[in-house]
Amino acid sequence: MRLALKRVSLTRLVPVLVPIGAVSLALLVGAGMLAALGAPPLEAYKALVVGAFGSTNAFADTLVKATPLLFVGIGICVSYRGGMINIGGEGQLIMGALAATVAALQLPTWPPWAIIITCLGFGFLGGAIWGAIPGLLKAYLSVNEILSTVMLNAIAVQGMNYLLAGPLIDPLQISRGTRIPETARFSIAADLPRLVPTRLHAGSALAVLLALIVWGLLWRTTIGYRIRAVGLNPHAARYAGISVNFYAALALTLSGALAGLGGAVQVLGLHHRMFTDGSAAGFTGSAGFNGIVAALFGGLHPIGTIPASILFGALLVGANKLQRTVQVPSALAIALNGLVVLFVVGSQFWSRRLAQTMPEEAAGETASPVLQPSRPTQEGL
Amino acid sequence: MISELFAPTVLIGILASGIRLATPYLYATIGETLGQLSGVLNLGLEGIMLMGAYAAFFVVFQGGNLVLALLMAIVVGAVLGLLMAFVSVTLKAEQGISGIGLYLFGLGMSDLLFQTTIGSVKTVEGFQNIGFPAFLVQLPVLGPVLFRQNILTYVAFLLVPIAWFVINRTTLGQKIIAVGQAPEAADSLGISVAGIRYLTVTVGGILSGVAGASLSIALLNVFQQNMTSGLGFIAVALVYFGAWRPLGVMLGSLLFSLVNALQLWVQALGIPIPSDVAVMMPYVLTILALALATQRSANKPAALTKPFARGE
Repeated sequence: MRLALKRVSLTRLVPVLVPIGAVSLALLVGAGMLAALGAPPLEAYKALVVGAFGSTNAFADTLVKATPLLFVGIGICVSYRGGMINIGGEGQLIMGALAATVAALQLPTWPPWAIIITCLGFGFLGGAIWGAIPGLLKAYLSVNEILSTVMLNAIAVQGMNYLLAGPLIDPLQISRGTRIPETARFSIAADLPRLVPTRLHAGSALAVLLALIVWGLLWRTTIGYRIRAVGLNPHAARYAGISVNFYAALALTLSGALAGLGGAVQVLGLHHRMFTDGSAAGFTGSAGFNGIVAALFGGLHPIGTIPASILFGALLVGANKLQRTVQVPSALAIALNGLVVLFVVGSQFWSRRLAQTMPEEAAGETASPVLQPSRPTQEGL
Repeated sequence: MISELFAPTVLIGILASGIRLATPYLYATIGETLGQLSGVLNLGLEGIMLMGAYAAFFVVFQGGNLVLALLMAIVVGAVLGLLMAFVSVTLKAEQGISGIGLYLFGLGMSDLLFQTTIGSVKTVEGFQNIGFPAFLVQLPVLGPVLFRQNILTYVAFLLVPIAWFVINRTTLGQKIIAVGQAPEAADSLGISVAGIRYLTVTVGGILSGVAGASLSIALLNVFQQNMTSGLGFIAVALVYFGAWRPLGVMLGSLLFSLVNALQLWVQALGIPIPSDVAVMMPYVLTILALALATQRSANKPAALTKPFARGE
């Protein structure tokens, strides 16, 4: 009896323990890399943790960095639950930010709340369009969404570069002749409320709120039920009279919209202008990719994605500080991130295996963090 | 100004650079074709290319010779290909995501190594054009287009018939297709599904490493952070576009590299098309091509992205 109880609780822990083990393993490899670079690993990791959580400002920076990851991550939860693999977070962030930027530059005289809501709405729409294109292409022309979202990332970057170097450029950059590709600072009225003196802004709270809403949407509404049904088994869903094409496209559209909102929040809450260094990462900081990692790590569950985003936000902020304290290029963080992704997706093999060998539990919403959208199964329907 | 684009010398220039620029695409797409035919989507090509580009550049930068540099890129490509195979085949991970992991790893790692070992952008002496007899080099049109290229470009084009032969005329090729179309059936006939997939993904990794090297020690002769800038992702798309046939994949690579070459010449001639819009065109083209191509993808591997586990 006691043994059985113990096993059940272990089954519950598997979805959490295995990814943590995977991350630890990735960090261990990272320690090897640090040692090879001549930086003492323990000291470096200590600097990383202190850099991410050591002070109010550091912790606020971590949360600020986690915010776009959370927006992208909860979007990823929606699309992956609907069986759509969205690699287009980068492009969707950029399009959302661009749309919000256009709105913010055009509406200088309204009351702040109206400006902010309009700008956020534009961001939502910009991202939604960038999600709907691959969604519709997949649903109606069976264009692989992995490829189309990757292409749309590149198109968004070029669109951003074009707009910021020309139509949207700060007039000052032209009169001064510097021509740095960035917009003018938005009117103060468009600034999201901020927790002075830190850089923490209301966008972070909005992200958490949206995570709750998306959780409700996915598990407490018919739309969410249908999205998940389509993701779990499109054939069964079709048989049940659900329009598979529509809900698959909707999942990717919503996913893009949430990422787009994240982009809008970045410009309204943090930068107060839009800028580019020519690459996607220059603006997004690779949040479009890291958000996928956070969602995966959070078990493809919007609530689980919250702590996961904070963890990866901390990794990024800490790695930046690392650069200053132990002179290790912050590119290490990107490499480490990649390792974490590889180890976490790889570790799901063990999650599945352990889940199989242990007594089955009801397949509720907390179950199935194992990602297999391309391989529909019967469970849970 | 547009009319300048149609001057014979410019057209020949576009053709010549188009063929040269097809080199990295060809290596990457031929390798990816083999992997995808066996059922594995390696989305991490870009990461492998960056690491291959760095490895080869580093060897030459340290004074090593070009063959050694190429070997280094091959080794790095093989190791990363094996890693991808392990994660995708043995651990049965979702391939769209493990590929992103591999990409991020290659992106960060190559940058990290570049910053710690080289530091700033430097150039090296890469592969030179092959010294064909003067009468060939001087030929009008054909000379610049066909006889003023480096060895890696010729090998890249040579890979196309080789890949065609291996896929269509050897037992190995038929096994690869069987594993990608019907892994259960292949398994029941005693073909090792995992073995074939390990082989194709590793060969794909090697070719991606060479693709990267072709950029850093033959075409551009520099290494820069994120120097592939999306080329690896496009290569993955081109495999779909070419419908998993070496010839189709070659045509896709050429189309893409010619558009790229055209775009470079448009900029060089100062034709007033915003360069950002010009750079965007190949991507738009790819999406359109995918929308049209997927309609006729009869030989799309049925088991693509699906890990194989013996019926349990």
